[in-house]
Amino acid sequence: MKIGAIAGITFKEAKRDRILYLLFFFAALGIVASRVLAVLTVGDRIKIIKDVGLASISVFGVLMAILIGTGLVYKEIDKKTIFTLLAKPLHRAEFILGKFLGLVLTLFVMTLAMTLIFLAIVYAHTLKVEGSLLVAVGYIFLELVLITAVAILFSSFSTPILSSLFALAFYLIGHLSWGLELIIKKMRPGAGKALVRALYVFLPDLENFNLKTEVVHGLPIPPAIYLSAFLYGVCYTAFILGLAVLIFRRRDFI
Amino acid sequence: MADAIRIDDLRKNFRLGFIPKTRQILKGITFSVREGEIFGYLGPNGAGKTTTIKCLLGLIRPDAGTIEIFGRPHLSPRSRQPLGFLPENPYFYDYLTAREFLAFTADLFGLARKDKEERIARLLELVGIARAADLPLRKFSRGMLQRAGLAQALVNDPKLVVLDEPLGGMDPLGRKEIRDIIVRFKDEGKTVFFTTHILQDIEMICDRVAIIVGGRIVKEGALRDLVSEKVLFTEVTVSGLAAADFQGLGESVSAQGDRILLKVFEEAKVDEVLDLVRGRKGRLVSVSPRTETLEDIFVETVTRI
Repeated sequence: MKIGAIAGITFKEAKRDRILYLLFFFAALGIVASRVLAVLTVGDRIKIIKDVGLASISVFGVLMAILIGTGLVYKEIDKKTIFTLLAKPLHRAEFILGKFLGLVLTLFVMTLAMTLIFLAIVYAHTLKVEGSLLVAVGYIFLELVLITAVAILFSSFSTPILSSLFALAFYLIGHLSWGLELIIKKMRPGAGKALVRALYVFLPDLENFNLKTEVVHGLPIPPAIYLSAFLYGVCYTAFILGLAVLIFRRRDFI
Repeated sequence: MADAIRIDDLRKNFRLGFIPKTRQILKGITFSVREGEIFGYLGPNGAGKTTTIKCLLGLIRPDAGTIEIFGRPHLSPRSRQPLGFLPENPYFYDYLTAREFLAFTADLFGLARKDKEERIARLLELVGIARAADLPLRKFSRGMLQRAGLAQALVNDPKLVVLDEPLGGMDPLGRKEIRDIIVRFKDEGKTVFFTTHILQDIEMICDRVAIIVGGRIVKEGALRDLVSEKVLFTEVTVSGLAAADFQGLGESVSAQGDRILLKVFEEAKVDEVLDLVRGRKGRLVSVSPRTETLEDIFVETVTRI
């Protein structure tokens, strides 16, 4: 109930943020513009629409998670509203989880709205409701949940600008770290290879959540991929949130 | 009587600045607040009052020492269940209305819906903001925010109320209302722990006080033990006579029109002044003996250290 109260207030606060609507506007613009882009492109038009539409949901969703998430905890400390909150019988972990769930709820509503526009555009082109697209959107949302946790982690000890940079770096590293897998395959066994492998395990691999290509091209996805990506997302998010709680518990609010 | 708050050898250092330098803020604070009393915590700016309160509420972790709230260690969230807190400058979510804000606060205490609505309506009435209950808090004046802050501190019907400068930003009427509310808390059996700079108010309502200076408690005790009833001097206001007439009897503090205010330090000389006024057909306006006040003790203690 306490977590729910914090989540509710966070949702209320997040939906007042103009950045959210600005990003939503650009996401919707991107999705709608995909139709225009499809007309100008040689090849399968519907694939262009799906590709650009899913990419818009993913990119603008991540920007929402980072730009709002990095200010969430910081604002409470900066505006000193945290004094009144933490003087209540509230665990600091409950506060962090409430903030996290509030933003996840905001992102859920936004992703839902973007998805509806996206499905409407696809429907206008194919006259079919393509449920399989929801799978790709579902995994994009899972990625957003993880990015939200990362944004809150940085927000619990750093300023919004630095936190945004750190979270953005996490996102970029997460989408490029799969390259390390290729390097590992080409390296000779030894200390160097072990080091790169350790780095690969430690760094996030957000490509796990990228099922866009498979969905757009109608390729089969083995159930193990669904499961492993889901578990990876849940475990990584829990780890990051645990870290955020650990840091936040040790903080003094002067 | 049991202790509502027990603080033992509380110490806190901060490391501040670009090249961190350790500053001792609390240097071994020990005191206790008994259940059912109004306890005033006094000290000049920067003495460590707010740091003590923040340690008590778990907002700051002490470096050493123990704090108990009704016998429970202060870092356990359960210890804050019977506690209501009003911060020095209440900062709230300004986009919420007072009613929404109180409902949110009630949720943090896990209050049932039915109790919640009833209690919120009663509290809005008690602190005098019922008419503004559905206005967003950003439209509130500082005094109204203070009242909303007091309402949120009472939402759980606390046994212990901690108020950090509750009279700041209040007009005289508002100060009186808050003072009356604090006295009512005592009548209801609640314990009140509060800091203030307005010493006359503390004197009127406090059972016990502690004075903190430079991170140390320098005086603590029941008000009647600290403040002696000895007359320091007598203020005599007379009219129809010249200040020069009273030479050697008392010190003329001010003169307005033909009215003179005299400060007479010896009790025997008060009678001489009165005889003089009668003999010279002057008019006696007032005679008021001035006993030691908390402010005198505070000023003396703070300047001595």
